[in-house]
Amino acid sequence: MSEARQFKDHHREARLFFARAILAGLVIVALTALLVVRYYSLQVTHHEDYVTQSDRNRVHVLPIPPTRGLIYDRNGELLAENRASYTLSIVQERVDDLGLTLAVLGELVDISPNDIEKFNDQLRQRRRPFDAVPLRYNLTEEEIAGLAVNEFRLDGVEVHAQLVRHYTHGELFAHTIGYVGRINERELASFNEEQYQAYAGTHSIGKNGLERSYESDLLGEVGYQNVETNARGRVLRVLESGDPKPGKDLVLHLDTNLQRKAFEALEGHRGAVVAIDVKTGGVLAAVSAPSFDANLFVTGISFKDYRELNQSRDLPLFNRFLQGQYPPGSTVKPVIAMAGLHYDIVTPEYSVYDPGFYRLPNSSRLYRDWKRRGHGTKVDLKQAIAESCDTYFYDLGHNMGIDKMHAFGYQFGMGERTGVDVPNERRGIWPSRDWKRGARGQPWYPGDSLNVAIGQGDVLATPMQLGVMVATLASRGEHYKPHMVASVGGEPVAPELINQVQVEGAHWDSILEAMKEVVHGTRGTARRIGQGAEYQMAGKTGTAQVVAIAQGEEYDSEALSERNRDHALFVGFAPFDDPRIAVAVLVENAESGSGAAAPVARKVFDAWLVGEDNAQQGSD
Amino acid sequence: MPHQDFLRRLPESDRSLRKRDRLQQRLHIDFWLLLLLLIISAGGLVVLFSASDQSMTTIKRQGIYFLIAYIAMFMVAQVPVHFMRRMAPWAYVVGVGLLIAVIFVGVGAKGAQRWLSLGGFRFQPSEFMKLAMPIAIAAYLGQRHLPPVFKHVFFTLVLVAIPVVLIIKQPDLGTSILVAASGLMVLFFAGLSWRYIFAAVAALLASLWPLWQFVLHDYQKKRVLTLLNPEADRLGAGWNIIQSKTAIGSGGVPGKGWLQGTQSHLDFLPEGHTDFIIAVLAEEFGLIGVLTLLGLYVLVVLRGLTIAIRAQESFGRLLAASLTLTFFVYVFVNVGMVSGLLPVVGVPLPLVSQGGTSIVTLMTGFGILMAIATERRKVIR
Repeated sequence: MSEARQFKDHHREARLFFARAILAGLVIVALTALLVVRYYSLQVTHHEDYVTQSDRNRVHVLPIPPTRGLIYDRNGELLAENRASYTLSIVQERVDDLGLTLAVLGELVDISPNDIEKFNDQLRQRRRPFDAVPLRYNLTEEEIAGLAVNEFRLDGVEVHAQLVRHYTHGELFAHTIGYVGRINERELASFNEEQYQAYAGTHSIGKNGLERSYESDLLGEVGYQNVETNARGRVLRVLESGDPKPGKDLVLHLDTNLQRKAFEALEGHRGAVVAIDVKTGGVLAAVSAPSFDANLFVTGISFKDYRELNQSRDLPLFNRFLQGQYPPGSTVKPVIAMAGLHYDIVTPEYSVYDPGFYRLPNSSRLYRDWKRRGHGTKVDLKQAIAESCDTYFYDLGHNMGIDKMHAFGYQFGMGERTGVDVPNERRGIWPSRDWKRGARGQPWYPGDSLNVAIGQGDVLATPMQLGVMVATLASRGEHYKPHMVASVGGEPVAPELINQVQVEGAHWDSILEAMKEVVHGTRGTARRIGQGAEYQMAGKTGTAQVVAIAQGEEYDSEALSERNRDHALFVGFAPFDDPRIAVAVLVENAESGSGAAAPVARKVFDAWLVGEDNAQQGSD
Repeated sequence: MPHQDFLRRLPESDRSLRKRDRLQQRLHIDFWLLLLLLIISAGGLVVLFSASDQSMTTIKRQGIYFLIAYIAMFMVAQVPVHFMRRMAPWAYVVGVGLLIAVIFVGVGAKGAQRWLSLGGFRFQPSEFMKLAMPIAIAAYLGQRHLPPVFKHVFFTLVLVAIPVVLIIKQPDLGTSILVAASGLMVLFFAGLSWRYIFAAVAALLASLWPLWQFVLHDYQKKRVLTLLNPEADRLGAGWNIIQSKTAIGSGGVPGKGWLQGTQSHLDFLPEGHTDFIIAVLAEEFGLIGVLTLLGLYVLVVLRGLTIAIRAQESFGRLLAASLTLTFFVYVFVNVGMVSGLLPVVGVPLPLVSQGGTSIVTLMTGFGILMAIATERRKVIR
């Protein structure tokens, strides 16, 4: 090795290093520039996107549910209110181990398998992240205290007061007011975006009755809170808020006392009562018995309770006054008779001979009267109605024909929905030639007219329809649409006149007098309820055949099982001179309109027209 | 260079300048470097105060670390450079010994075994290696003829590989990259032939597939994949990147203001006080803040390179340049990974992220730089 190679060449090394250092400096500048470009791209070019993203991260809109409108009866008595109820909820996103949390909660509060099942159902539903899912409602004071003490080990568990619908007379108005229930998956799926917003934060929706038909009024408008949350969803502060608008209150035509009296009058029976204000069409009472406690449904009915209600032979969930379609029987006779007068088929003096049956010309078939031996030789219109003579009406029906009967009865609302402001109404059947061709594929036979004339055969009506029919009679042709709600949020609901039946005044007098005779005449079918009344009333009894009785056989109630016995009906109004209330009563399988249904009507009339209640009504 | 020496000794031109230089000389301090470090440290505390949700405890602890680190820097600056060179082989041997010790008696956390526990005091040998590696390689190459011949290059690579493999095994990808870089950087500054460099790059590219297939752990692969598509795992591995990009991007040019960053204060940004702290800075001080900090870092690097260039001896030159460049790698990797430019590896932001170890290591490195800076003038006199 030479000298030169043993000694380091410092200058050369320095030069070499200098070059590398400059190169390194350039690389550093280039890489720094790369970083600058990167941050410029994020902070300038895409700034807006990230601002949006950042806001979406932190700002959540929390809905504030409005309070649901209250429901009062006509006297200002609260029927549906909102009560504070303490609810235990879980925010799933904040729970580490749901099973463990549920186990701990089980030691502190009473949680049934049913609660867990409903909770799991809701977890599976579409919901907002960090939404609290309720587990248990109506916590007791002790349970709340127990939860408070153990709060530290219950992350994601919340207890909060919630307004829950409460029905002060749970059973009395279950079929009219209906009830609210938890919004289910199907309802949620059917919502449009607007509804989805409107129900944000609200857990209940009207499921039935007025709660359902006035849902949009009762609901109110959702409020909101723009809140800042951290990554775990905890609300840190409120940025902005808008107050919710409470739902509108409803004041009903219904009278709690009247409703109760009607309900009590049906005690022990299955049946329905409808009472209508003759002058406005306002529904004063609407009862379907037996009933159920509407409060059971508010926070979700238990499987056991529901099964009990649903499987009961008495069908407490079935709304008899609106969905029950019964043969109206003789209760339609006043309308048929009026049609006879109107079309000059009969006069008030016209009479028929009733041997206890009617036979169509050139036919051997006998149409029986309910009275085996008949009503005698000269049955005129008044007697025919008062004693409910079937033969007279067979004759009238045959002479008038179905077309006129149909057209005339139709004016009283038969065969059509009354349009009352409660959902799921059934329409009944008021037969016509067209109807029969459509429904049965058969022509109209003369015998069919006979059946229609006594409200049997294919004729079906709901108690609500019968109530409207008799109210129209009572008001001499003013056919009002029945409605339960008198005012919405202080705005009165105007009575709605659907139709004015055009009939000569004298005809009205004849028919209404005959109906008075039913109650106050010596041989009237409902004469027992006329006794001792402080006012005069008018009405018509009815007995509707449930099982067709074969030719030549006689009705033997003992031989028929209880459920196949005839339905008892009564329609009427009072006071006679200035009718204010019209009533339709149906008692299932009670056999006799006069014996079972008319007394119920009398109690309703009394409740409305006599004593205290009268004074109360007068001050209205 | 007698001519230059003559110029430097001109009394009029440098008397006033000499006064400060003499003070620096006695204290072994580089004024500009110290000034830049102090500004970054102070700014770092301001950002950390916000990133730690205004925790005075965190600030006090960080302040104490800074105190220790500055004292360490000052003390290391007093060590003569030739002494460092003499101690270099021993430092290397001790470092590798400690790394081996980690394998047998080390303590771990989160699936990694990186620490030695000495009577309650936890010590991370890989941190020590960050300094021992460039010192050892600089000492080795500094005594050879430069540019290095193949034999020396090969031996250098062996010296680099031993601790790097040990650190990868811990596993600690971030630190192993930095340690490897600090050693290879020396090789580069020693004038490694471009032929070798291109060959190495080619070999590296060729080894990517086997590296991916056999060496990288699943979590490391996941990080790389996450970088390529953070949206694929929004709530998992992608979360950090998405949230830090959101923090940076939403800061805009002026930023949301100190303590006003929603991403960090509302806990959307994880590790906002440690590795991801620049996202907090970017959110609250905007692009202006980022450019300022990057500017300060670049000035530190340029000052370090200046010191290296001025160093009289190969050892000092190579060591100073390597330490400086490693410092820049820290900055680049951290700032790049937080903004989604590079995969997430655990590299703190120098002098800003919370954590004592990294600060003490870094400042010790700057102490060495200052020792080199002041050594040069001694030689001249």
